[in-house]
Amino acid sequence: MSDYLIQQIVNGLSLGSLYALVAIGFSLIYGVIRLVNFAHGDLLMIGAFMTFGLVASDLVPWAAIPLLVLAGGFLAGGLIERVAFRSISGAPMITGFIVTLSASVAIQNLALIFLGSQPRNFNFPEVFRMRLSIGGADVALIDLVIPVVTLLCALALTTFIRKTRAGIAIRAVAENPFAAQLMGISIGRLVFLVFAVGGALAALAGLFWSGKYGQINPLMGFLPGLKAFVATIIGGVGSLPGAIIGGYILGFSEIAFVGFLPPEYSGYRDAFVFGLLILILLVRPQGLFGEAEQERA
Amino acid sequence: MLRVEDLHVTRGRTKVLDGIDLTVETGEIATLIGANGAGKTTMLMALSGLLPVASGRLELNTPDGPLDIARTGPVDLVRAGIVHCPEGRQIFGRLTIEENLQLGAYLSDDRAGVARAVAGIYDRFPILGERRAMKAGNLSGGEQMMLAIGRALVAEPKLLLLDEPSLGLAPQITEEIFGFLEELNREHGVTMLIVEQNAMLALELADRAFVLETGHVVLNGTGKELLDDPAVFEAYLGVG
Repeated sequence: MSDYLIQQIVNGLSLGSLYALVAIGFSLIYGVIRLVNFAHGDLLMIGAFMTFGLVASDLVPWAAIPLLVLAGGFLAGGLIERVAFRSISGAPMITGFIVTLSASVAIQNLALIFLGSQPRNFNFPEVFRMRLSIGGADVALIDLVIPVVTLLCALALTTFIRKTRAGIAIRAVAENPFAAQLMGISIGRLVFLVFAVGGALAALAGLFWSGKYGQINPLMGFLPGLKAFVATIIGGVGSLPGAIIGGYILGFSEIAFVGFLPPEYSGYRDAFVFGLLILILLVRPQGLFGEAEQERA
Repeated sequence: MLRVEDLHVTRGRTKVLDGIDLTVETGEIATLIGANGAGKTTMLMALSGLLPVASGRLELNTPDGPLDIARTGPVDLVRAGIVHCPEGRQIFGRLTIEENLQLGAYLSDDRAGVARAVAGIYDRFPILGERRAMKAGNLSGGEQMMLAIGRALVAEPKLLLLDEPSLGLAPQITEEIFGFLEELNREHGVTMLIVEQNAMLALELADRAFVLETGHVVLNGTGKELLDDPAVFEAYLGVG
């Protein structure tokens, strides 16, 4: 295998993992309440700035930073649910879309006001900027750490959804909220939980994103959020494995597009991503793993 | 066990229940019969806290004294022992049979007790035990009904609300289900309120019966009294 190919595979794995981490939250929330949380991408930005602040302040050992970012994302995701979503419970779904969109605009503008619009350069501690050589390819350590951590998170989350009482309840609410209530399940609590868990993973993606690209700004969550949403649709909205696999499909195709076509095309990578979305919607609107939406009796 | 006085419930702008009085004593099977749209399902929804009560008293007797149902949320009503087995079974088709039964005891922290209760359901309905790892959506209608009742039972109901248990089932399956309900009541003392369109079946089983017509209780008595009542016979039993 040529070293160039190895490098592209690692890049694809790394970018795909970031999309997957964000896509999981989209899918979890949609699965439970059929709502697309447009503020979800901004949690990536929140995670990135938390990382920036924690690294810059030098208050905590670096090993604690990912845990703090996860916890912060959990709270931020849950806060979006409490403040924005809960206040409109019972309203038609379109209200939910508008509310999460407003939350997104609010978060971005608060960040612009308090953090400033200038992009900040940001470097991870030295250990994480190490590079190593695999089969002759020069690879950044972080591009290997990202997929490993992502797969661990995916595994933990899948086990949680499959085995635990709360996980079974989440699947029950996703299938039939009315009957779930009859079991004594508090839907509000589970909705909080999926917003929060999704937020934790998106914030973790923000930590990785800032370390990988070395620059952060208040609007950085928008495009990755949108692309992760595309990944969710590719995989099938509401399906957890779908979100993860959709993330990797998108990551690999984007890298392949940039890496194997002449450089003058690389400016079109976002157009390519959304072109892919249109294609999927035409051929298989429910996504690879989604079930065709059925009318509820 | 349950006392309802002058209950009014509106859905949208429609008065669905317009002054209902009924009581169910501990250990009884009570039934609510009446035509489509009389408000039977609404009655059960109000009792399980899924619909707001406009006015009236709804009281459940508990060991800690009377509980005001109208001021208690659905989660706490399940905790207090009001368990609602809904119309159309509403099992979770994408979940396994085992998971469906586990969910019945969602609020219980006594995992050993839950395991015993689930094992009890498998003993009574071996077909469910054999297929415990199968998706519940693959079960036949009758098996789904057994699962729906089983799921309600693992919650250890003090008052079991059943909405149209015979709906869409073949006559011999219906008979089996009603036989099981009778057994539950006679041998395990489960108090029930059954809503049923199949009035004959329900009245034969019930200790106490209420006839609902457009939001009012128009008749009540023992199951036998209503079975023998020519007016009931004409309205609900004569045809079909």
